[in-house]
Amino acid sequence: MLKDQDRIFQNLYNDLGSDIDSSEKRGDWVNTKGLTDKGRDWIINEIKDSQLRGRGGAGFPTGLKWSFAPKEVGSRPHYLVINADESEPGTCKDRDILRFEPHKLIEGCLLASYAVQAHVCYIYIRGEYFIEGQKLQAAIDEAYEKKLIGKNAAGTGWDLDIYIHYGAGAYICGEETALLESIEGKKGQPRLKPPFPALIGLYGCPTIINNVETIAVVPTILRRGGKWFASLGREKNTGTKIFCISGNVNNPCNVEEEMNIPLKELIEVHAGGVIGGWDNLQAVIPGGSSMPLIPKEKCETLTMDFDSLMAEKSGLGTAGIVVINKDQDIIKCMARIARFYKHESCGQCTPCREGSGWMWRMLERMAKGEASRDEIDMLGDVTNQIAGHTICAFGEGSSWPIQGLLRHFSKEIKKRNKFDPIIKKQKDIPYLVDQHLLDKNA
Amino acid sequence: MSLRRPSTNQPENFEFSSSSLKAANDIISKYPEGKQQSAVMALLYIAQKQNNNWIPLAAMKYIGKFLDMPYIKVYEVATFYSMYNLSPVGKYFVQVCTTTPCMIRGANKLVEACKEKISENESELSKDQSCSWMEVECLGACVNAPMMQINDDYYEDLDKEKTLKILDKILNGETPKPGSYRGRINTEPENNRKTLMDLKNA
Repeated sequence: MLKDQDRIFQNLYNDLGSDIDSSEKRGDWVNTKGLTDKGRDWIINEIKDSQLRGRGGAGFPTGLKWSFAPKEVGSRPHYLVINADESEPGTCKDRDILRFEPHKLIEGCLLASYAVQAHVCYIYIRGEYFIEGQKLQAAIDEAYEKKLIGKNAAGTGWDLDIYIHYGAGAYICGEETALLESIEGKKGQPRLKPPFPALIGLYGCPTIINNVETIAVVPTILRRGGKWFASLGREKNTGTKIFCISGNVNNPCNVEEEMNIPLKELIEVHAGGVIGGWDNLQAVIPGGSSMPLIPKEKCETLTMDFDSLMAEKSGLGTAGIVVINKDQDIIKCMARIARFYKHESCGQCTPCREGSGWMWRMLERMAKGEASRDEIDMLGDVTNQIAGHTICAFGEGSSWPIQGLLRHFSKEIKKRNKFDPIIKKQKDIPYLVDQHLLDKNA
Repeated sequence: MSLRRPSTNQPENFEFSSSSLKAANDIISKYPEGKQQSAVMALLYIAQKQNNNWIPLAAMKYIGKFLDMPYIKVYEVATFYSMYNLSPVGKYFVQVCTTTPCMIRGANKLVEACKEKISENESELSKDQSCSWMEVECLGACVNAPMMQINDDYYEDLDKEKTLKILDKILNGETPKPGSYRGRINTEPENNRKTLMDLKNA
């Protein structure tokens, strides 16, 4: 288990208070000027040395991303945007940072803004986190009052303004370009890449977009050194990470642990074990609902980091672990996830807009045992036609969990669905009908 | 995608009150000059708050003029994002999360409780018109599942009985205390904490 002094988020459970005084006691805002005095290149190199990878799901190296920002500020200003649109089912880590460690985030914003030469930072918070947003705003106000941000922020000579922008209940706005569209006051529909936001982003200006957790760990990395961070975890999967363990466990919780920790340790030690004992475990979704599930056999030895989960054809994603035990109907669980994606598709690309509804309706029938045998292959075919054929990664996000189900639980589906292909029966099957006729709100 | 339709019963006029006007101008000043369109989402929230928690078409037209942008662009935004209510909801607006992490911990019991106490169907006002409920997608409090949101507050670690009690309170016009209803502190592992123990006991 990680030593307590190596935990970055000491106030994860709010034992100490989130105000500026207690934050300063925990080491926030101590000699921030000393860090910026060492220069932009030092900051970016230190982050590169730490091998920090983005905590929002894709795991892109943060130092590399920052180095994409133009070295000289031209006619267009640079922007820093923080992605706090946390909506991935199973994930609730950013919420705790926003409400309990806001000063880590704000100081991180200053350091990152300095490194990428941005004078304005927008924090995009999902609309449902209104209370958390207010807590962050209170912290921002405190920081302005103490001159830690604003003109000559914290004595660094750098000017920085931080503004909060509230979302309004669209999962897709967690995708970085959709988020930019949303800040610009449009529907949150993702943009084509390239051009990448680092060159053409918010208002057509160079923009660096990072997750809350990524930015909040930056001050600690710079204080303790990239080498310290890189010494935790393993090569290319370094540092600590907040894991959210939810679902059928005895003590669901958020906990900060070292990367590459065994999944079994997280569940057994921190979350108090699976309800009904380890043998009652059915499957685990390791990184938020977009990541393919992992069956019990593999959970025994699985370690939690980007690369080892990739090797299992899944992913660390946001590290939102959803434990599903044998009391649950796995097909129904996945059908509910498919319904989530059907609801949240932005409607821009046809494969995703239509396909997410198809997948949901097929799975609903499979859960009830109303599907025919050939439909299992058909469902796999639909997922393959969505993944990789859309503007953003939502296509993958919506089809991966279903591919995971088909990969590991196709026996279960086959056992339940024994009908002959519909073509033989000429039965009236709902998924052949237009989606709007089935929409329950219609 | 979700299908959203404006209410058939629309007021003819809408105008910001003086306090809304001030809030709106404050928000516009956050964005660069000429980019006032960015404020549309925040202004829709302000309109929603001023107008009993829903946005009439007249408000969208008003905001369009206010920000110097076409009405259709405001309409697009208002219909795209699910937190803008396009038809009246209760003074107490209950949103029950039923996505998988909540579902496997019994969110359907919360839905049952809402059906018993508020109304048979979602998005339907209760008998005294004060309250309505709906199922929503993940609210981002998965380790505190099952949970629901009433207006801005999260109510966590619920079961049917606790939900019934909370709903009784709001139907009596009280505001119950938000947070965990099993008495645990935030997102710590209940009775099983193994980390940061010095701070807990400090």
